[in-house]
Amino acid sequence: MTAETLEAVSRTGRTITTEALPLTGNEAITRGAWEAGVRVAAAYPGTPSTEILESFADYDPAEVTAQWSVNEKVALDTAIGASFAGVRALAAMKHVGLNVASDSLMSMSYIGAHGGLVIVVCDDPGIHSSQNEQDTRLFAKLAGVPILEPADAQEALEYTKVAFALSEEFETPVILRGTTRLSHTRSVVRVGARTVPPSRGFVGDHTRTVTIPANARRLHPKVIAREAALARWFSETPLTLRDDGDGDGSTPEGAAGGRCGIVTTGIGYLYVKEAAPHLPVLKLAGSYPLAAEAIRAFAATVDRLIVVEELEPALEEAIRGLGLPCEGKSLFPRLGELSVELLREGLAKAGLMAPPGPVPPAAIAPMARPPVLCSGCPHTASFLALRSIGAHVAGDIGCYTLAAIDPLRSMDTCVCMGASIGNAIGMAKAGAEKPVVATIGDSTFLHSGIPPLIDAVYNKADITVVILDNHITAMTGGQDHPGTGRTLRGEPAPRVDYAALCRAVGIDWVRVVDPYDVGRLMQTLREATAWRGVSVVIAERPCVLDPVKIKGAPLMVRPEGCIACQACMNLGCPSITWSGELFEGRHKVAIDATTCIGCTLCAQVCTTDCIQPVTA
Amino acid sequence: MRPLPNDDFAPAPRCVETGLNILVVGVGGQGVLMISKALALLAQRRGFEVKQSEVHGMAKRGGIVFSHVRFAPKVWSPTIAKGEADVLIALEWAEGLRWLDHLRPGRGVFIADTRRIVPPFACRSRKPGAPSAYARETPAEIVGRHADGCALDATEIATALGDARTANTVLLGRLSAWLDYPVGDWHAVVEAIAPKGTAEINRRAFDAGRAWTPPRTDIGDPGTADATVASPPLAALPDLHISVAIDPAWCKGCAICVKLCPERCLAMDGPIAVVATPSACTGCRVCEWLCPDFAVTVRNEGVPA
Repeated sequence: MTAETLEAVSRTGRTITTEALPLTGNEAITRGAWEAGVRVAAAYPGTPSTEILESFADYDPAEVTAQWSVNEKVALDTAIGASFAGVRALAAMKHVGLNVASDSLMSMSYIGAHGGLVIVVCDDPGIHSSQNEQDTRLFAKLAGVPILEPADAQEALEYTKVAFALSEEFETPVILRGTTRLSHTRSVVRVGARTVPPSRGFVGDHTRTVTIPANARRLHPKVIAREAALARWFSETPLTLRDDGDGDGSTPEGAAGGRCGIVTTGIGYLYVKEAAPHLPVLKLAGSYPLAAEAIRAFAATVDRLIVVEELEPALEEAIRGLGLPCEGKSLFPRLGELSVELLREGLAKAGLMAPPGPVPPAAIAPMARPPVLCSGCPHTASFLALRSIGAHVAGDIGCYTLAAIDPLRSMDTCVCMGASIGNAIGMAKAGAEKPVVATIGDSTFLHSGIPPLIDAVYNKADITVVILDNHITAMTGGQDHPGTGRTLRGEPAPRVDYAALCRAVGIDWVRVVDPYDVGRLMQTLREATAWRGVSVVIAERPCVLDPVKIKGAPLMVRPEGCIACQACMNLGCPSITWSGELFEGRHKVAIDATTCIGCTLCAQVCTTDCIQPVTA
Repeated sequence: MRPLPNDDFAPAPRCVETGLNILVVGVGGQGVLMISKALALLAQRRGFEVKQSEVHGMAKRGGIVFSHVRFAPKVWSPTIAKGEADVLIALEWAEGLRWLDHLRPGRGVFIADTRRIVPPFACRSRKPGAPSAYARETPAEIVGRHADGCALDATEIATALGDARTANTVLLGRLSAWLDYPVGDWHAVVEAIAPKGTAEINRRAFDAGRAWTPPRTDIGDPGTADATVASPPLAALPDLHISVAIDPAWCKGCAICVKLCPERCLAMDGPIAVVATPSACTGCRVCEWLCPDFAVTVRNEGVPA
């Protein structure tokens, strides 16, 4: 562990003598899994879940095998295999990663876990860095597997340990649900020692572990019985917390409906305690299976039930299904993250608090600052070239999705991981009038781009695939994958040869080009799009940030030569900005030498040849 | 260090025992998370419960970065509600303005680097006379009016010390002058959090920020130039007439103009080039100058010489 060991002092000033570490929610999940004796962990990176697997690199490889998988389904299948082999296993992913892994999850719910099997899924309410804000709690119900929802880093550690025990006790995969706010909030966590349960041995029961229809029909009733048993466990577990609040529990004078109680889960509890510490709260360990008995008992002590949950009304609808009247989404939004402000607004709407004072209008309109591709990003040239040839561009997930916005504005679609090539096949088959190009990053290509590439060859699609090979999974902060030649722990590994792979699946037209050579890149793309059938351009140039930060000799603008055409600003490079000088009323440009890495893309597009190396 | 027309910033030093909400904001790569961690560690060592919450993902891509640091005997919510931040530390000027409404009205302390990082998005229009979309408010308009605190060119202070990247530590040092914990405790957390090999430069940056004093200048004096702030918007150019035309009789369809137009307002129409979006023309004349057949005429009247 890199964090230092510190003393923690409780609210009463009493020193807690157990070891305590400042951990993020993600690091606490890793620590909890390690303490629970996990032996195999696998993941595909995805914000906000990425650091869970990365943190395993801090633990002894002899204790736990931790590896990047090519995608979330392979990660879950790997963990399932380890569970079959009798040890505790974990797979981690972001919410949309579970869509990829869901086929395995749905079957594994019937089969049930052998060694403890925990699937950590991190939701992204507010869509900080995702394509949607789907609520994994609904997925848990669809799959019939229990979901645990910790509120903070301490609970993240404890719930992870409970999740493994629960998985083995009820022979079920368990979903541990985080959110961006849990994953990326750091607080001091009391930690414990590692205890490894003995291996349960290989599962050895093919009537359960082979999902032929006869077996599946026999297993389904067990899933339903397990749901009922788990609902009892959720009602009885000490993790389901009854908190009477700081006050006497009575509602403020004049409040409608008498004594009021809150039912909440996960991080909602923290906001409730901050906004309304006087109210009695039932904090559930998770939303599914519903802790019906605990909720009924709580409801009997109050006159009015209010449900606080982030995103979907999963609890609210389930509680109504028990025949208990309750309020929830009529008070709190179904979109985005909860916050103390939203809690106060909702409770005020319910008549339980004085309405917040009028917010003074913001004196200053905030300036837009959208994220941009880095100075020297090799994707910049690829999309500049694509725009100039006037293609329909089916995009994919990665940093390069930023090419969809100004000034590059050269990506037409982006659906989800690996969709670009399939989308391009459909566009071409529908008779799109311009050349059809799919753009896909190296990590995304390995994640889910290879099957559609084979499909394109098989179905004789007239498309060009541009593999944007920057040798890393850049978007999530620089993780290794089978194309980098290194493992999670930095050990050398075999490296995928994309050109050989493309030829092996039957593509005759494959070229590798350096995107920093703009002229050659444009010529290559023109030739590729003129080719009938599937052509592949591999635009190969390492990411400027990871694994090593690249910094070359910076460039400068000779102001006397600049005619303020601003062709260079079409790159959207954050190092290029307006200078104080004008030409015919237009701003000349200047280059920030401290951030310029000297990629020369701007010099190559300059119409007057006035961008040159900085001279002393 | 350039002088700035600041109000006096001399709130009494405070030794906080009830806890604080500190919001640290900036742009990706500036070190928002490093000083958040330093603050969290300091508070933790003083026996507070600490929560430090951030959002990454777009952090490395020049986007907005913010980190909430809350410490108190008991902390519930990981985030600071609007209007409840005791301190706002801004590593970039416009980012500070963005989060000003999170400060406690009348009581919050604002500590900002006046350095501007102008995003490409703020320089989109190439038209003559187009203003930058960067925030126009100057430190003189904000500090002492919308918020108490100080604005200093921390980046310049850090650059003078030898490493512009320690501007974040300069601001942390400035905060330490107000948050009166023993200086040895501050030094210890800076040393613990600083990246390998940078403990010494970060310590000097911290001390420089701590020792900074606002230059005495008269705010009312219009002659006080605030050189760190964006140039004022250009005067509107009412008599501006810009147009581009292509003579179809002379065009042979080489497409040089189409490929090189920075605004992409030209297009091929069969064998010849045409003006597709005349309103997008900025009058830069690249097409006119590069046309081998003299087929393009740009009319560009009313602009300054």
